[in-house]
Amino acid sequence: MALLEVSDLNTRFRTDDGIVKAVSGVSFTLDRGETLGVVGESGSGKSVTFLTLMGLVDRRHSEIEGSVIFDGQEILGASSARLRKIRGQRIGMIFQDPMTSLNPVKKIGWQLQEAVLLHNDVTKEEARRRSIEILKEVEIPKADTRIDDYPHQFSGGMRQRVMIAMALINNPEVLIADEPTTALDVTTQAQILRLMTKLQREHEMAIVMITHDLGVVAELANDVLVMYGGRVVEQANVNDLFVKPEMPYTWGLLGSLPRLDVTAARLEQIPGQPPSLLHPPKGCSFNPRCAYAFDRCREELPELGTGAGVVGEGHRFRCHLPDDERARIWEAKKAAYEAEGSAA
Amino acid sequence: MLYFLIRRFLWAIFLFFCATITAYIIFFVIPSDPAQIACGTHCTPAIIAHVRESLHLNLPIYQQYWLFLWNMIKHQSLGYSYADGQSVNSIIKQDVPVTASLVFGGALFWLSLSIPIGILSALRPRSVGDRSAMVFVLIGISAPPVWIGLILIYVFGYKLGWTPIAGYCDFIPSGATGVCSGPGQWAYHLILPWLTFMFLFAALYVRLIRANVMETMTEDYVRTARAKGASSQRVLFQHVLRNSMLPVVTILGMDIGLALGGAVFTEFVFNLRGLGSQLIQSAGRQDLPVVVGIVVFACLAVIVFNFIVDIAYAWLDPRIRLST
Repeated sequence: MALLEVSDLNTRFRTDDGIVKAVSGVSFTLDRGETLGVVGESGSGKSVTFLTLMGLVDRRHSEIEGSVIFDGQEILGASSARLRKIRGQRIGMIFQDPMTSLNPVKKIGWQLQEAVLLHNDVTKEEARRRSIEILKEVEIPKADTRIDDYPHQFSGGMRQRVMIAMALINNPEVLIADEPTTALDVTTQAQILRLMTKLQREHEMAIVMITHDLGVVAELANDVLVMYGGRVVEQANVNDLFVKPEMPYTWGLLGSLPRLDVTAARLEQIPGQPPSLLHPPKGCSFNPRCAYAFDRCREELPELGTGAGVVGEGHRFRCHLPDDERARIWEAKKAAYEAEGSAA
Repeated sequence: MLYFLIRRFLWAIFLFFCATITAYIIFFVIPSDPAQIACGTHCTPAIIAHVRESLHLNLPIYQQYWLFLWNMIKHQSLGYSYADGQSVNSIIKQDVPVTASLVFGGALFWLSLSIPIGILSALRPRSVGDRSAMVFVLIGISAPPVWIGLILIYVFGYKLGWTPIAGYCDFIPSGATGVCSGPGQWAYHLILPWLTFMFLFAALYVRLIRANVMETMTEDYVRTARAKGASSQRVLFQHVLRNSMLPVVTILGMDIGLALGGAVFTEFVFNLRGLGSQLIQSAGRQDLPVVVGIVVFACLAVIVFNFIVDIAYAWLDPRIRLST
């Protein structure tokens, strides 16, 4: 049985301008110890999906539907007391900006101990001991003195380590990492990713890696969800996705990756803007930006399904293009990439 | 820290000169003759000339200013009133307890009202409670303090007869017959002035606190605390409040310092003999030493309270502690 099973999740925000459909019909499963990559542009609904299932979305201004089964129990719409027991204890979460994610007026130690004391009936001394231990585990030098420092006395990378320590201090089964490396410089990014993989192995936890960086996904994830306009537009095992992506949006994402083997004057980009979630386009939400869109795409939302010639089991995508045409376009794109690679 | 203190001290001296020189200049551009006022209505020109000389009014402005400085440094004296010859030091000493009672009591009242209302409004924005609080805020900000004072006097003092209409009683019991004194009478006489202060300032503070709490609630670290599994009460008290009170402390220090210099309108309405009403009276009869004395005191109060704010700020916010 999957550890986390999300089916048909919908999150809508009521605003003064109307209803924002932030998440529409998202379904996926996460197994113990697995890494799920969630990719998409800003505003594609990737963060909101996970804030919703953690119960961190303001219920007064939103409508939430669907089902989230965590370890055999429905947690969507559960009482806040029940959700609090899960948050920080069984599901940890870290966020994009380590500079603002720690309380500036409390010591690091206080904030770590708070996480321990909220979920365990232990003394302050024990909580402090555990805090120092986890700081050592995330490789913070001089952990036993740094614990009495304030967040502003740490660099960005170190603060993200503190955030990771805080999320892992109660040994959660799932770590949701919402763009954990976006705000960091490249060398620090690599260190943090390496640290996360190491900790995942030691703590045997599942990781949800929310990112817009396909490189991060390729490195860490087992399965990938590609999100666009609040919907899952393609989901697959990571190898299958990179071998044969089926959805034009995913092609665009792959094409916009910088490559070391090609000296491109200009990176390929996906034309246009992300769709408005207030007034989503009719039909396929990607159709206004899609080079291959035809009449049906502008009328009818494609189902998340599979087709002939698709690589991998459970590989699903939303696209109206006929199977042979999709295969032809991808072959042509792949040939072009490879030609560029060998020319360089 | 030492550098910070020295800088602060130099600023205080500079501020002091600005304020007192301004008071002198304003005083000298007003065309009038303090000697005439000091002397009274039945005065011969010879006596006026004599009075003018004894008050040093015949000297040029910069020499008078110099005398004032000299007296203050040499004798710690702010001079003597032109009107009745009383020492300015003793006038201020006599008036400060009244104004201080008014201001500190008032601050207690307005904070104990505005902090809970501000927080509740922020937690339930656009709710009925929030809207009513905002109406209250608008009334409080728009209504002049004199009007609020008069309405309170009319309703509670005159119509209902619950409170005295005006006057002040010493906090320390004097024992003398016919003179009201003691903490009970003191508070009883100050209730309406405190309420006036409360309406005036609570409105501003509710708005300030509401805005700050709402802003802090959207901070990333508040989301982190909730993701840790902290309850909403815990998030509010441990993570939101201290951060959202930082700007409030600044404004509070400034307001208290300013108000100590003379809560003019409130004292006037309730006939309290504090610095504010003294200032009005002395300015009216061209009593320069008393006016300058109150200016000096107000300066000191503002400087001292700004200093207290800085210390409180450093204690509340560790980021400040290191940079000073």
